[in-house]
Amino acid sequence: MTPRPPAIRTKAETALAESFAQSRASLPGGDAVRGQRIRAFDVFHERGLPHRRIEAWHYTDLRNLMREAYPITIGGAAAPLSGLRVVIQDGVCTLPTGALPAGLKLTALRDALAGASDELVHSLFPDQGADDAMVAFNAAMARDGVLIEIAPGAVIAAPIELSFISSGDAPHGDISRSLVLVGEGARASILESHAAPTKVQRNSAMIFSVGAGASLAHVFETCAGSPELHVSTLIGDVGKDARFESFAFVCAGEVLRRQAFVRGSGEGAKIALRGINLLKGKQHADTTLVVDHAVPHGESRELFKTILDGAASCVFQGKVVVRPHAQKTDGGMKSQAILLSDDAAMYNKPELEIFADDVVCGHGATVGQLDAEQIFYLMARGLPRVQAEGMIIEGFAREALEFVGDENIRERLGAGLTDWLARRAS
Amino acid sequence: MLDITDLHANIDGKEILKGLSLHVKAGEVAAIMGPNGSGKSTLSYVVAGRAGYEATGGSIMLNGEDILAMEANERAAKGIFLAFQYPLEIPGVTTMTFLKAAMNAQRKQRGEEELTTPDFIKRVRVAADKLGVSQDMLRRPLNVGFSGGEKKRMEVLQMVLLEPKVAILDETDSGLDIDALRIVAEGVNALRSPDRAFVVITHYQRLLDYIVPDSVHILSAGRIVKSGDKELAHELEKNGYRDYVADAA
Repeated sequence: MTPRPPAIRTKAETALAESFAQSRASLPGGDAVRGQRIRAFDVFHERGLPHRRIEAWHYTDLRNLMREAYPITIGGAAAPLSGLRVVIQDGVCTLPTGALPAGLKLTALRDALAGASDELVHSLFPDQGADDAMVAFNAAMARDGVLIEIAPGAVIAAPIELSFISSGDAPHGDISRSLVLVGEGARASILESHAAPTKVQRNSAMIFSVGAGASLAHVFETCAGSPELHVSTLIGDVGKDARFESFAFVCAGEVLRRQAFVRGSGEGAKIALRGINLLKGKQHADTTLVVDHAVPHGESRELFKTILDGAASCVFQGKVVVRPHAQKTDGGMKSQAILLSDDAAMYNKPELEIFADDVVCGHGATVGQLDAEQIFYLMARGLPRVQAEGMIIEGFAREALEFVGDENIRERLGAGLTDWLARRAS
Repeated sequence: MLDITDLHANIDGKEILKGLSLHVKAGEVAAIMGPNGSGKSTLSYVVAGRAGYEATGGSIMLNGEDILAMEANERAAKGIFLAFQYPLEIPGVTTMTFLKAAMNAQRKQRGEEELTTPDFIKRVRVAADKLGVSQDMLRRPLNVGFSGGEKKRMEVLQMVLLEPKVAILDETDSGLDIDALRIVAEGVNALRSPDRAFVVITHYQRLLDYIVPDSVHILSAGRIVKSGDKELAHELEKNGYRDYVADAA
């Protein structure tokens, strides 16, 4: 076999490779986990940081955006919180104190990895998305995260909060991988919020599996001072007659890549991925989705509303795959953007790959400015221009927000939307 | 109350209003009739202050105050109301949210106290009941999925709540069946008062059977070419606009 010529490495790629070399001996997990990590690192090493010639990353050229890789810290544990609040600080999990509701089990991933069964290893390192370089790097390097297990039939009423934070002032990277296993007929919701007080490069992954007849709702939220660069990956599997819904509220952070690889693997699986992007300045947010309908009678809905001001840019890439036997699939995808400035840019790329003949799949993508007639209508009723514009923008975004099931979260995100608009107007 | 004198207005560089004068007294209902393309809607937009419909000459005075330099919202707060021919849909904004914002925005600009929530709700309920506007409509996003008749009733509801000094009704009869027309007309008639004026723009005489005007003005080629009493509308219904179109040409 001819040896492969050495690839040209960027400074960041070299630094990331070195960090794996240095930490591989100390990463948690037995032989099976180690095998997964080495395989994953090979994927990363072969591909390097994703760049514009990789189609899925065309509009988010990470090789260019990540000139420097900050050192990956191995942080200490944070102060534990009460209730259903898990803290992931610098990639290290701190579980809440106090009793948990019946049917809910939380384990720090580092502990779960120590004696992981083959089944757990298989769940934690799924094939979906495995050839994505950033997912691979996450698999290779993640030391910790949280394992959330919901027993069959259990109903966890309150959302389980995962708060991703960072410590210290020095620029650093953090990596975490979490696993959510929802048993048959169970119900739970997760609120994932991200903040970082310093220059942080974050690579977080959440892997989930929703058992037959079960339901999982997920909310992803950026907070003030979100990471400078964040690659967030959602990988999951939705079982028979099960439901998975995810909603993203993005208004902070400089560069955010959210990618989701979700498979409907049981008949009647329902998948909904929705969100709002509120971006200004030079913010860049990329939402790249792959929804895979593997069996009949699946349903998927995607709805993203984006508001761009300043020189912000946003990417929506939504791929829906309907496999040959997945008849009666019902798919609907929509991405709508309003540009408030001449310098803002929206890249919409819906993709349907349909191999079955009896399906209903539609997609719509729009990019536009605020409607002058709507503005005039509201002004003619007495609203000053800024208020009229704000009302139209807010209404546009609220159409998506309506889908957040948890009333408290919906109201809080709504208040975040109102705040964002107020700051824009002031 | 509303005094329009020698008004000229261009749209996209083309002169649409060519020296239009119209004087409407407090308490008066003035009907503006005219053929398609005569400038009826342009007149309503210029008075209401739509961007891109600026006057190039003449004046529009409301109670002796020149409103031409004002933004649309300032004119609204001063008492100009335009009932749109095609009311806009505002997705994601419930009708109640919109009504409250509009009423309070006007009050704020006039230096008045904002309405309390109970006061606001009471006002809306009373007005909505009279116009057959359902609670369901009030909870839905403004005009989204409303029928043509529902949209026009919503315009009248807004007019009732905003209590304008001068209300301009732009082809409010278009797309209405006879029952909806009656409801809308009753709503307008209930608002007639000695200190309020109406400008009713219509292509057909039909609406004027329900909203009986004090004066009728024929608009053709950007000017008022004839004024008269309500009999003028009947005459138009019989003979059409051809005499006046020829006049203007």
